[in-house]
Amino acid sequence: MKVTFEINGTAKSVDVEPRTLVVDLIRTKLGMTGTHIGCDTSNCGACTVLLDGRPVKSCTLLAPMLEGKKVTTVEGLAKGGKLDSIQVGFHEEHGLQCGFCTPGMMLVGKALIEANPHPTEDEIRWGISGNICRCTGYMNIVKAIQHAAAANATENTAGVA
Amino acid sequence: MFPAAFDYIAPGALDEVLSLLGQHGDDAKVLAGGQSLIPLLKLRFAAPVIVIDIGRVDGLEGISRENGHVRIGARTRHRDVESATDLRGTLDVLLDAAPLISDPLIRNMGTVGGSICHADPAGDWGAVMLAVGAEFVVKSAGEERVLPAAGFFQGPFTTGLQSNEVMTEIRIPVGSGKSGGTYLKLERKVGDFASVAAAVHIVLGGDGRVASAGIGLCAVGAHSIKATAAEAALVGQEPTDDVIAAAARLAGDAAEPKADIRGSAEYKRDVARVFVQRGLHTAIDRAQGAAA
Ligand SMILES: Cc1cc2nc3c(=O)[nH]c(=O)nc-3n(C[C@H](O)[C@H](O)[C@H](O)COP(=O)(O)OP(=O)(O)OC[C@H]3O[C@@H](n4cnc5c(N)ncnc54)[C@H](O)[C@@H]3O)c2cc1C
Ligand code: FES
Ligand code: FES
Repeated sequence: MKVTFEINGTAKSVDVEPRTLVVDLIRTKLGMTGTHIGCDTSNCGACTVLLDGRPVKSCTLLAPMLEGKKVTTVEGLAKGGKLDSIQVGFHEEHGLQCGFCTPGMMLVGKALIEANPHPTEDEIRWGISGNICRCTGYMNIVKAIQHAAAANATENTAGVA
Repeated sequence: MFPAAFDYIAPGALDEVLSLLGQHGDDAKVLAGGQSLIPLLKLRFAAPVIVIDIGRVDGLEGISRENGHVRIGARTRHRDVESATDLRGTLDVLLDAAPLISDPLIRNMGTVGGSICHADPAGDWGAVMLAVGAEFVVKSAGEERVLPAAGFFQGPFTTGLQSNEVMTEIRIPVGSGKSGGTYLKLERKVGDFASVAAAVHIVLGGDGRVASAGIGLCAVGAHSIKATAAEAALVGQEPTDDVIAAAARLAGDAAEPKADIRGSAEYKRDVARVFVQRGLHTAIDRAQGAAA
C-alpha cells in the first residue's frame, strides 16, 4: 500500500506492506540508519523518532500509521551543516560512550526542552525514563540536556535583546 | 521480529469501522495506539486477517465535562490524561495513575480505551476505572451499549466487549460532593508493569461521612479487581483510622495474587492492603481539603 508522510522536512511516498514496522522502513527502505534497533520489544527507546513532535518507539509503530504525519529522526537534527543545540550538548558534556542510545536520547531531550524549556534534573530524568543507556550511568546525558536547555535560553534572550 | 501479513484499513468514519467489524468479526483487530497490539503482532500471538486502524475517526479523542460526567474519548492518549491537570480535585486518581503507566514514549501513543479493551490484569486503567465507577460506551453497527466497569473485566485479556464492538467513550460520574483519590503502584523499575497497584476514590458527604468509596486492585488476580467488601465497609462511616484499617484488610482479602518473580502471594496481598490503607488516608485528606 502507499503511505505518504514527511520525514525530516522532506515529503515521501512509499509503497510498503502494511505489516512493515516504521523502524525497518526508515533503516532499510529509506537508508537512514541513525534510528537504532535495540530490544525490538518496545522496552529500550533506541528506535525513538519524533512523530508530529512527540517521541515514540518506531519498533512499535506500523508504517501505515505514518500517513499524513511528520517524522523526525536523528538525521533531521542538524540544519545546513549546523548541529542542533541538543547535539552540541551531547558533544560538550560527553553525553555518550558507545553511542547506541544517543539518537533516541537526543530526540527525547529535544522534545523535552521544546515542551519545557527549563526542566529540572528530576524532570529530565523522568523524561528519559523510556530510554535505556547501558554505558553512561545517565549523569552526562542529564548534563547534555541541561547544556542544550541553557544554550537555547541564551539564544532566545539574545534574540529578544 | 515482524508481524504476519494482514490487510490494513484506516476508515475516516466510525460507521465504516463498525460495518467492517460486523463483516470480519474475529478475523479483524481494532488498532488504537498499537502499544499492546503491535508487540502481540510481532510475537505472532495475534495474527488478524485485517487490522482496522481507528486513528483517523473523528470525535474519539479528548476529555470533557458534561451533565455530571467526565467523558474521555476512547482514543485519548495516556499522555493527554497526564496533562489534564484540571481533573485535580475531582478525579485525583486518574492524574496520579497516568504518569505511572509505562514510560513517556509509550504514553505518547497508548490510549485509555486501548488499555481497557486489552484488559491486561496488570494494566493500570482497569483498577482506576473500577474505583471511579466508570461506564464504557461501546458501539456496533446499529447498536450502542453502556457497560459498567464493574463486571467488564472477566479474565486475563477478556472483557464484556463483543468482537463486532468498538469502545468510543469512557464516562465517569462526578458528583458535587467533596472527593479525593490516589493511585499507588509498586514496580521493579520505572516504566514497568505493576507488581501490585491500588486505585482509591472517595466522596465525602456534608456530614463528613463517606458517601461513596471506590477501590480497584491491579495485578493481584486474573483481572482488575473491585474490592466491594472494603468499599461497603466504608460507606456511611466516619473515616477513622480504625475504619480505614479494617477496610484495607478487606481489600487485601479481595486480592487473589499469584507468586512469581515479583514476590510471593502473601507479600503481594499485604502490599495491596498497605496501599489501600495509605491510599484511603490520602484520598480522605484530599477530600477534606477540597472545596464542596
Ligand atoms: C514496554 C511497555 C510497557 C507498558 N507498561 C504499561 C504499564 O505499566 N501499565 C499499563 O497499564 N500499560 C502498560 N503498557 C500497555 C500500554 O498502556 C498500551 O498503550 C495499552 O495497553 C493499549 O493501548 P493502545 O491504544 O496502544 O491499544 P492497542 O495496542 O492499539 O490495542 C490493544 C487491544 O485493544 C483493542 N482496542 C483498542 N482500542 C479499542 C477500542 N476503542 N475499541 C475496541 N477495542 C479496542 C485492540 O483491538 C487490541 O486488542 C505497556 C506497553 C509497553 C509496550
Ligand atoms: S528497539 Fe524499539 S524500544 Fe527497543
Ligand atoms: S552510550 Fe552506550 S548505550 Fe548509551
